[in-house]
Amino acid sequence: MNIHEYQAKQIFAKYGVPTPKGKIAHSVDEAVENAKELGGPIWVVKAQIHAGGRGLGGGVKLAKSLEEVKELADEILGMTLVTHQTGPEGKLVQKVYIEDGADIQDELYLSVVLDRAAEMPIIMASTEGGMDIETVAEKTPEKIIKVQVDPSVGFQGFHGRELVFGLGITDKNEQKNMINFAKKLYTLYMENDAEMIEINPLIKTGAGEFIALDGKMGFDDSALGRHPDIEAMRDLSEEDPDEREASEYGLSYIALDGEIGCMVNGAGLAMGTMDTINYMGGTPANFLDVGGTASAETVAKGFEIILKNENVKAIFVNIFGGIVRCDRIANGILEATKLVDVHVPVIVRLDGTNAPEAAEILKNANIANVISATDLADGAAKAVAAAKGE
Amino acid sequence: MSILVNKDTKVIVQGFTGKEGTFHAEQCLAYGTNIVGGVTPNKGGQEHLGKPVFNTVKDAVNSTGATVSMIFVPPAFVADAVMEAADAGIELAVIITEGAPVRDMMFAKQYAVKHNMKTIGPNCPGIITAEECKIGIMPGMIFKKGNVGLISKSGTLTYEGANQVVKEGFGITTAVGIGGDPIIGLSYKQLLPMFEADPETEAIVMIGEIGGDLEIQAAKLIKEQITKPVVAFIAGQTAPKGKRMGHAGAIISGSAGTAKEKMEALEAAGVKVVVSPADIGKAVAEVLSK
Repeated sequence: MNIHEYQAKQIFAKYGVPTPKGKIAHSVDEAVENAKELGGPIWVVKAQIHAGGRGLGGGVKLAKSLEEVKELADEILGMTLVTHQTGPEGKLVQKVYIEDGADIQDELYLSVVLDRAAEMPIIMASTEGGMDIETVAEKTPEKIIKVQVDPSVGFQGFHGRELVFGLGITDKNEQKNMINFAKKLYTLYMENDAEMIEINPLIKTGAGEFIALDGKMGFDDSALGRHPDIEAMRDLSEEDPDEREASEYGLSYIALDGEIGCMVNGAGLAMGTMDTINYMGGTPANFLDVGGTASAETVAKGFEIILKNENVKAIFVNIFGGIVRCDRIANGILEATKLVDVHVPVIVRLDGTNAPEAAEILKNANIANVISATDLADGAAKAVAAAKGE
Repeated sequence: MSILVNKDTKVIVQGFTGKEGTFHAEQCLAYGTNIVGGVTPNKGGQEHLGKPVFNTVKDAVNSTGATVSMIFVPPAFVADAVMEAADAGIELAVIITEGAPVRDMMFAKQYAVKHNMKTIGPNCPGIITAEECKIGIMPGMIFKKGNVGLISKSGTLTYEGANQVVKEGFGITTAVGIGGDPIIGLSYKQLLPMFEADPETEAIVMIGEIGGDLEIQAAKLIKEQITKPVVAFIAGQTAPKGKRMGHAGAIISGSAGTAKEKMEALEAAGVKVVVSPADIGKAVAEVLSK
C-alpha cells in the first residue's frame, strides 16, 4: 500500500525526521487558509497523488503571495496530472499540500528499501538529489552510496559514517545531522513494516540542517494488520475501483488492454497463461488470480469484473487445482452464468484436484457459451480463436 | 534417489490441528508421507489423525526424532514457528503459509541460517519426492516417479510443469516450490547442485518469474557447475512494467528483473528456454532424447 507525501511527512514528524511545515487542503479556500496560518512569505503548492514526477508534470509550484496560492490551488486542484509514473491517462488531483518554502542550499537523495539479495534493508544516498534516481543509477552509478543494515544489530555508527563520508559531508555538525536523519529513517522503516521510503530531494539548508522536502512511502500489505494507523491512511480514490472490488473478494485483478479475459489460480500460472495467449497471437485483457480459497461466489465475482471491460471478446478459465478444487470452480462458473450475463465464449480448462467431478458438473449443466479445453495450449488456442470470432 | 526428503523422512506439522493443517496433513498421510506427529500449543497429549500432538516442537522432536517440519500456522505466527523449529533442531522447515510479513521473514531466515536449518518458502506449495513423500499442498497424483527434478517459484506452474513432464512419458524425482516472496529459503542456487548430485535426476526444469535476480544468479551457476540439461520458463513476459502481479516478488523496477533479461541470461548459460509454459513437457522430452 502506498500513501501520499503529506501522510509520509506525518510519519516522519512522529519520528523526529525534519520536514517543512505544511497543511493539507481539499479546496481553494482551505488552501488559502492554510497558507495564512503557515505565514509565508513563500509557499509551495503540491498536488497529492500516488505517483512520482509531479514537479515535471506541473503539479508542484511556488507561490509568493496569497493571491498566487489561490491561483495555483485553483489550477492544480481538479487537474489531471500526467507524469512518467501515472501512465498516459494521468491522475485526478483531489488534494493539495500547502507547505512553507525552504532555504535550499543543496539537494540530496535518500531512500530505504529491501535488498532482496542480502535479505536486509539497504539505505541508498546520493548527492544527485532532485534528479530521477534511475537515471543517476544508469549514468553515474558511482554517485549512489549503498549501506546495508543488518536488522539484528540495527543502525550503527559505522553505517552513518559510511553515509556521510560517501556523500562528502565534512562539517561535523552536518555529519551529526545527517547520521541522525538516516538513523531515524531506518527506525521508522523497520517499525512500520515499510516496503520503501524515498526522499527526493532531501535538502540541506543554509544552517546545515537536513530536511525531507519530499517523501514517498510504501508498506508491506502483509503487515498492515498490525498497523491500523497506517491502514487508516489508505486513499481508496487512488486505487483502481475494479482492482479494489476484486481484492475484497480475495481476487487479485489487474486490467490490461487486450481482448481475452483470464481467470487463473496462482500468480505464476496467471502470468504464464497471459504469456501463452500472447505467444499464440492473442492479447490478455487482464491478470486475475482467484487465489487459494476460490468459492462459487468469488468465481462469479471474477466473471462480473472481467466482463465490465468492454474489450473482452472471450474468457479463458485456466485452473490447475491444488488447494483450489476444480469442482468449486465449475460450480462458480454455473453460478456466474445465472448471476451475470456471460455474453462471450468461455473456454474452460480444469485440471488437478477434483477435475473429473468438475468436468461432470459442466457437462451436465450444458451451457451454450462454455467450451472445454484439454490443456493449457489447447485452451489458449481456443481462446485466441474465439476472440477473433473464429 | 531424490533430494532433501524421501519415504523415511520423519515429518511433523506445526499448526497440525487447524483447518488447513488438518486437511493437508491428511492428504500427505494418504500420499505416504511419514508424518510422525504435530504441534499445537495446549493440545499436547491429544491425538489427531492418528498421530500424537505436542505442545512444543522440542517435545515433538524428542519424542519422534522428526527432522522436517511442515508449517501451516497463520501469517502473523510464521516467524515464531520457524524460529521454534530451528531452535528444536529441525533440519528443514517447509513453510506453506501465505502472507507472512517480510520483516518477520528477515529475522526468521537469519535465525534459521544460524541454526543450520534449511527452509523452503514461505508462500509455496512445498516439496514432493514422487511416490514417496509429499510435504505441502500440491495435488499428489500428478507427480509420477521419474528422472526430472523441478524447481519453481510458482505453485500452480509447478503442477503444470510436472503434469506435462508426466504426460510426455517421463516423471519427477523431486519437485520443490520455492515461493515467490521477497525473502525465501532454498532457491535455485542451492537446489540446482543438489539435483546435479542426485544420480536419478537426468534433467532439471526451472520455472521462474519476473522480479528479483535469483534466475540471473542461477544462470551463472548453471554455466559453471551444472552438466545436466536444464529447461526453463520465466513467467511474466507480458506483465506491464511496475504492476504487481500477485506475488510480492514479481515487481519490475527499472530494467532489473525483466523476463527478457532472465531468459537471455539462461539461454546464454546453455539452458533450453521456452516462451510458453505449454511447451515445458516437449522441451524436456527434447533434451532427454539427445
